[in-house]
Amino acid sequence: MSNRIVNWFKFASPYSFYPVAGKMMPWFWALAAVFGVAGLWIGFFVAPTDATQGEGYRIIFIHVPASWLSMFIYLVMAMWAGIGLALNTRLAGMMAQALAPTGAIMAFLSLWTGAFWGKPMWGTWWVWDARLTSELILFFLYLGFIALQAAIDDPRRADKAGAILALVGVVNVPIIYFSVKWWNTLHQGSSVSLTKSPSMAQTMLWGMLLMALAFWMYSLAVALKRLRTIILEREAHTDWVQNLAEVRAPANLTEVPA
Amino acid sequence: MLAVMRRDLLLAMRRKTEVLTALFFFIIVTSLFPLGIGPESALLRKIAPGVLWVGALLATMLGLQRMFASDHADGTLEQMVLSPTPLFFLVAGKNAAHWLVSGLPLVVLAPLLGVQFDLDPESLGVLTLGLLLGTPVLSLVGAIGAALTLGVRGGGVLLSLLVLPLYIPTLIFGAGAVQAHTSGLGAGGHLSLLAALLAMALFFAPWATTAALRISLE
Amino acid sequence: MNWNSASEFFAMGGYGLYVWGSFGVCAVVLALEPYLLSRRRQAILRSLRRHALAERMDQEIG
Repeated sequence: MSNRIVNWFKFASPYSFYPVAGKMMPWFWALAAVFGVAGLWIGFFVAPTDATQGEGYRIIFIHVPASWLSMFIYLVMAMWAGIGLALNTRLAGMMAQALAPTGAIMAFLSLWTGAFWGKPMWGTWWVWDARLTSELILFFLYLGFIALQAAIDDPRRADKAGAILALVGVVNVPIIYFSVKWWNTLHQGSSVSLTKSPSMAQTMLWGMLLMALAFWMYSLAVALKRLRTIILEREAHTDWVQNLAEVRAPANLTEVPA
Repeated sequence: MLAVMRRDLLLAMRRKTEVLTALFFFIIVTSLFPLGIGPESALLRKIAPGVLWVGALLATMLGLQRMFASDHADGTLEQMVLSPTPLFFLVAGKNAAHWLVSGLPLVVLAPLLGVQFDLDPESLGVLTLGLLLGTPVLSLVGAIGAALTLGVRGGGVLLSLLVLPLYIPTLIFGAGAVQAHTSGLGAGGHLSLLAALLAMALFFAPWATTAALRISLE
Repeated sequence: MNWNSASEFFAMGGYGLYVWGSFGVCAVVLALEPYLLSRRRQAILRSLRRHALAERMDQEIG
């Protein structure tokens, strides 16, 4: 039993996790591709045309997964940042740093596809719908986290400061969502809302689910890729990095590395 | 805690210009909106709560760095962290002083500026009460940002980026209260939510600020 | 099958701009992200290799 516990913590250092991440990545890329193809197939070729929204509704097959991922990634990012703060480990902080840009990209895609969905449906590129507005604020929260970490030179301080910000953000997200919802319902003249999704046919639901899984696998793959690069950057001075196969300079001293 | 508060107040009084600059900023910015939008009173009355609240937000942000920056620069802050008094109380004292000097004047000025927007006395009352409840929240939450960005380059602008999204609920409930009142729905709900925000901020924000200070100073 | 022809597929019942504007940007962004990451990884590897080479040269000389 105690063997299992020791094994987990063995991977808690950048040194031991770097190769593990490298091995996991291809699997996540593969799963992302499989789910993506399946989801897109269903989304375009199986799911029927919507009665009210025509073909335009098909955007939900990326809009909804991107939104879900943007929120999920924020939670996971805050979790890892919190663990890094509480246990004073480097790897957890690096993971939070690795997740942030991907989460921000998901938030951006959610906003972009939301606008492209809204324009044909409701006539304007932007609707102050509760969910879209909350998504915009989430995007700002991501940008703030990334900007704060970028501005602080010392990586450990950046990790910890980011953690505080992410945790404060996580606590605030429900409050922000609630207040925006409140604001939205009070000010609505007509009840146009992107939250009124078309009544879901089974196939539509399946398409969304598969695409969500695809996005999730993609995010994992990309986050691990970024994590490995961050590890290389932040652990550059260590022996194990300098002895990595990828780093070993060619034996011929006169050969200038590319 | 009172000692810290008194000290900060004294320092602020000696450096009046910083405080007054933020207040003048509030006055000027809120005056800009009618100039930009037009003098039609019905429209002004509609935008007044939003404009005054956003002005208050921005004016508060201008003064946030003051909370820790000067003490950090001359080493007093480190002394405070090392002192036997729990940092929590020192932070609370600083927050209180900051609000008294930055937030409270906004609360006092707001009704006067609200007259520029042709708001009726009752709405002005709701606005003032809202600001009274909300400006402490702005100080408390802003302190977290100020502590996080202590000594960081690009601090001021970065601080705005960090803190403004967190200010949004206060803005919504504060401005919403006045709008609810003018539309006859009653401001009670909004004001209670503001009070709830204040209670939560009073309990949680100083902890986050203390943690952030320790991180920035180690 | 929903589509009778390729042109129908691209037209998306009139919503072509919006559907493909969304899917297109999505595809571009999700391809760009790993590509830029590869470049970042290559950059750090290059700098690490140069550093290793410099050290080796120092040792040879010293």
